[in-house]
Amino acid sequence: MQADADSLPCPPLSGAIADLPATVRGVMSARVSAKWTPGQGRIYHSEVFASGRDSSGVCAALALAQDGLLARKPALGAAPARVPEISDQRAILWVQDRSSVRLTGRPYRPGLPADLRHRIIHVVAEKPEDVLFALEEGVRCRDLACVIGEVTGNPKALGFTASRRLSLAAERHGVPLWLVRLDADHDLSSARMRWDVRAAPSPPPRWNADAPGNPAWRARLFRSRMHPPGEWILRSDPAGLSAQKPAEIHHDSTAPAAANECDPKPAPNPVDLDRPTVGRSMAAL
Amino acid sequence: MLADARTLCPDLAVRISDPAGDLDFLEKLAVWAQRWGPWSALDPPDGLLVDITAVAHLFGGEARLLADVETCFARRALAVRVAAAPTAGAAWALAHFGPRAAILTGEDDALERLSGLPVAALRLDGDVLTVLRRLGLKRLGDMTGRFGDTKGRDAIMRRFRNRRSPAANPLVRMDQLLGKVPEPLLPVIPQRMPLVQRRLAEPIRHRELLDQVLHDLAADMGRVLEGSAQGARRLELGLWRVDGEVVTRPLELSAATRDPAHICRLFAAKLDDVDAGFGIETIRLRASWAEPLSLEQSDIESTAETHGTSLSACIDRLSVRLGPRAVQRPVSHASHIPERAQRWQPPLEPEPASQGELAFHARPLKLLDKAEYISVLYATPDGFPRQFRWRGKVHEVVRVEGPERIAPEWWRERSTVRLRDYYRIEDGEGRRYWIYRHGLIGDGRGGLPDWYLQGLCG
Repeated sequence: MQADADSLPCPPLSGAIADLPATVRGVMSARVSAKWTPGQGRIYHSEVFASGRDSSGVCAALALAQDGLLARKPALGAAPARVPEISDQRAILWVQDRSSVRLTGRPYRPGLPADLRHRIIHVVAEKPEDVLFALEEGVRCRDLACVIGEVTGNPKALGFTASRRLSLAAERHGVPLWLVRLDADHDLSSARMRWDVRAAPSPPPRWNADAPGNPAWRARLFRSRMHPPGEWILRSDPAGLSAQKPAEIHHDSTAPAAANECDPKPAPNPVDLDRPTVGRSMAAL
Repeated sequence: MLADARTLCPDLAVRISDPAGDLDFLEKLAVWAQRWGPWSALDPPDGLLVDITAVAHLFGGEARLLADVETCFARRALAVRVAAAPTAGAAWALAHFGPRAAILTGEDDALERLSGLPVAALRLDGDVLTVLRRLGLKRLGDMTGRFGDTKGRDAIMRRFRNRRSPAANPLVRMDQLLGKVPEPLLPVIPQRMPLVQRRLAEPIRHRELLDQVLHDLAADMGRVLEGSAQGARRLELGLWRVDGEVVTRPLELSAATRDPAHICRLFAAKLDDVDAGFGIETIRLRASWAEPLSLEQSDIESTAETHGTSLSACIDRLSVRLGPRAVQRPVSHASHIPERAQRWQPPLEPEPASQGELAFHARPLKLLDKAEYISVLYATPDGFPRQFRWRGKVHEVVRVEGPERIAPEWWRERSTVRLRDYYRIEDGEGRRYWIYRHGLIGDGRGGLPDWYLQGLCG
């Protein structure tokens, strides 16, 4: 681990800090970092926990990965510019295990984002060991833009050691890894950022307010080395990813714990229906 | 038929015909026949053409060359008819219909020598021969005699004016025979398959030794391929055991390579289940498919540690361990049925040409392999879905877009296939799905329509 820490791409620090292992450095930097906002790249291993009854997890992972890829392009130190990178045509490796294929299906090319649909390489692995092998091979490949994995449940092979191995490989070769965990408990992992994602009511489209709109998710960052935990409503639209605090959307949630997230009452007016669902203050957590 | 023939003639000898084997033999024979000339061409099913321009003096003249050919073939128990002529057509005609070992030199009057041959010597199709026979043109002389006056040639040309192919137009064949029209031939070029092998003095029974030999073979193969500036796309490893059993292990690569370490690494996964028996005495590595690959920096494995692997190496490793069907790329296919609009192909193959997709309708991010049945509460006959039960849970539908009607492909499906009305829906918790109603009430193709959930939106 010491040897890996030395080879990590990091700006030169002062002598005392540079001698510390990477883990300690990560903890120190977490103290000084700000809250998470979209457009911050350079996170190489993230986990997204989601339900297996919808595909919000992998869709959020795709949106976050796309966001990270766009932000990672400019030189270090420069402000991250959200300019679509046309020249990036590297492939994206999408690894699924058999049960995630059965639960949530395979990627469907016409429904993928337009700049990703021709770059997908899809891998189906039967066993969790094979998924880990495919993920590691993908992370070590310099020609891939990022690697997306979907694993159901908490397989024994995907323990802390395996995830640490993936983290180190991803950071060493600079290929971001997004691991979507379907119907899984929050077990031990060395992922740099760990999200809990579930679907949120989408913003009504402009022309047909009764139709489902651009995807939106309620994402909770519950473990991170760089940022304090928090909760956001993430929205993905053609312009990019945007994040808002839940309280900023619902001004009526000043009364804490008034809304109950467990039984959203179906309202007669479908446009207003999203209010009781997500109208919660941070204190309710 | 065969039984009838055998009744009449019990001594009938029967051999199974093998056209592919015959063609293969002919190819080998064509390569062998290059001992008499710099290049040779096939004339299937049973002919060979050898270019002996400016070669005959090496054998002491054309007559002695033809005699040598007959001797060589007779030594191999092959019946042969040979002829030499200035053009391929004339040589063919003489070999098939002329006297034995006929020689037509440039000084001879070709027309006069060939005039006695039947029109079949022109290499024409059967129906053209029938037409010529009905016209009373039986010999080449019948046609050439009429060529003295231009009217005869004009008449034949008018009759065959629509026939462009040489085999259907006797005049083109005639001109080729006389060398007035060029007749390009496709020469046979032998290609050597890169092959390296090791015969072992002591049969090996252990995996470490096998790995060592494989490493040596891969290094040899790398050198052989490098010498011809090629890289292997398909490799076959053959293991000959002491008891005569042969174990073969094929390996396909997504991009041409000759890197020994990469080859060894891919083979290592395939050698786990080899049963060595009493020992392996010969190991042979053959590149049955090679592609041009220019020289490049060697030693990819050590650079992979620092710079990562290339995409083709990554795909190779994945498909060797997980199987070639596990690593695929979605490509679009010309169909409006959702599950047919996408196909899967190997990841590094070029994408097939397709029309741009019309973005009128949103499509789901993921599609289930098989649409799952759901029970839906909806206002009959064709109202919006209100509530549905899927995988044991009830979803309230709060937002709907649809229906998007997708009709079956009538040109390839039966007329009883029902149409589908697709709805994009969002439930109370914001989960978005793509569901469809299979059919209409009263469309005459079954009872009440079923509902299916086919896709999951983001």
